[in-house]
Amino acid sequence: MTAPPDDCLARNEWICGEYLSTRRQILLDAVVQHLQLTSLSVLIALVVAVPLAVLARRWGWAAGPVLALTTVLYTIPSLAMFSLLLPVYGLSASLVVAGLVLYSLTLLVRNILAGLRAVPEDTRQAARGMGYGPVRLLLTVELPLALPAAMAGLRIATVSAVSLVTIGAIVGFGGLGNLIYTGMNTYFKAQVLTASVLCVVIAVAADLLLLGVQRVLTPWERATRAVRP
Amino acid sequence: MTTLGDAWSWLTDPAHWAGDDGIWHRLTQHLVLTVVCLLLSCLIALPVALVLGHLGKGGALAVNISNVGRAVPTFAVLVLLLLTPLGTWGDGPTVVALVLFAVPPLLTNAYVGMRGVDRGVVQAARGMGMTGRQMLWRVELPLALPLVLSGIRIAAVQLVATATIAALAGGGGLGRIITAGFNLASTPQVVAGAILVAVFALLVEAAFEVAERFAPGWARNRGRAGG
Repeated sequence: MTAPPDDCLARNEWICGEYLSTRRQILLDAVVQHLQLTSLSVLIALVVAVPLAVLARRWGWAAGPVLALTTVLYTIPSLAMFSLLLPVYGLSASLVVAGLVLYSLTLLVRNILAGLRAVPEDTRQAARGMGYGPVRLLLTVELPLALPAAMAGLRIATVSAVSLVTIGAIVGFGGLGNLIYTGMNTYFKAQVLTASVLCVVIAVAADLLLLGVQRVLTPWERATRAVRP
Repeated sequence: MTTLGDAWSWLTDPAHWAGDDGIWHRLTQHLVLTVVCLLLSCLIALPVALVLGHLGKGGALAVNISNVGRAVPTFAVLVLLLLTPLGTWGDGPTVVALVLFAVPPLLTNAYVGMRGVDRGVVQAARGMGMTGRQMLWRVELPLALPLVLSGIRIAAVQLVATATIAALAGGGGLGRIITAGFNLASTPQVVAGAILVAVFALLVEAAFEVAERFAPGWARNRGRAGG
């Protein structure tokens, strides 16, 4: 009979290199799932939010209902959101993605709309005077000028999504949240700490990446303006 | 929509409202948890924001640091605290995690509100011979109040929403009904719990909306800075 190994895993320490080397595959899978869930939901939210914001800008009467609806969605707690969608999607990854899309909508619609509204009337008039039609005006003047505010919203939405994915653990699709959840039940300190730190690292990395994208896309804008709900 | 029907029958069953696992008890826990955390985070965030805003120094740093907190999942903080010695002390970890979560919107709004006070007004107050303390209490704070209050509103609603996560870590509150439903594989109970939580969150939002509408003009919301 061999003696039990006396390493940091056996001693259940917070920081443990042994954990990293023995569970590399599990960690990698969780990170991949986390990234997939986050990026998919933010992308879908973006695809939905842009038309909504443009419509709300074009027709003033639509702005009230659109903003009210997305704000109400934002107010619903995440745990409740996932649960309310349960009958529709069942226990699946789509459930988590759908919930996160609804969350990101508020932040994105608000910011894109604020950006569109901030386009000076003079600029729009000038473009019209140069013979720009409504579509060209929107694509080449209004949307680029709304980009800084939209990107600010996108950054907040992405960072929030990274942290909300963890709640998906309740239906088994929480990326790193799964590790935190099981680590809590088994009192596995290294797993909880490692997964939490990875969450923060992903969030910060995503934020910096989007900041870089924003700088590349808006060379004329150096000072970023953040609009938050 | 049989699920909604089942959820409705679950909700209307009086047996589910009474007792330690009942809706009333969970609702009370949720409310107490939210109020306690809101008070604590106000006590921490507001004095810091007001003083920094008055001095006009260090606030940007404080706001940036507190915004980084957005990247930290509240659930992760909660579980981390549970595994520390603090975990053995009742609702302690939950309260700490929620307070950490509620501080950023309070701090950001109060600081931005203080800095947004017209510099000319502040100069005039100084010209009238007001001391720093008088300026803070009689000029800057009243003018910053709408933003401070909207920060409290954002924090309150987010606290109600986030307090549900406490249930994942075995704490009390309305989220418990949902997690219990998951453990029993009872979709009607999960949906019923979710409806309860959503309605509660929307009621709190609506209560702030109504309070704002009837508030005197100087306290009314003139804009939001951060959330």
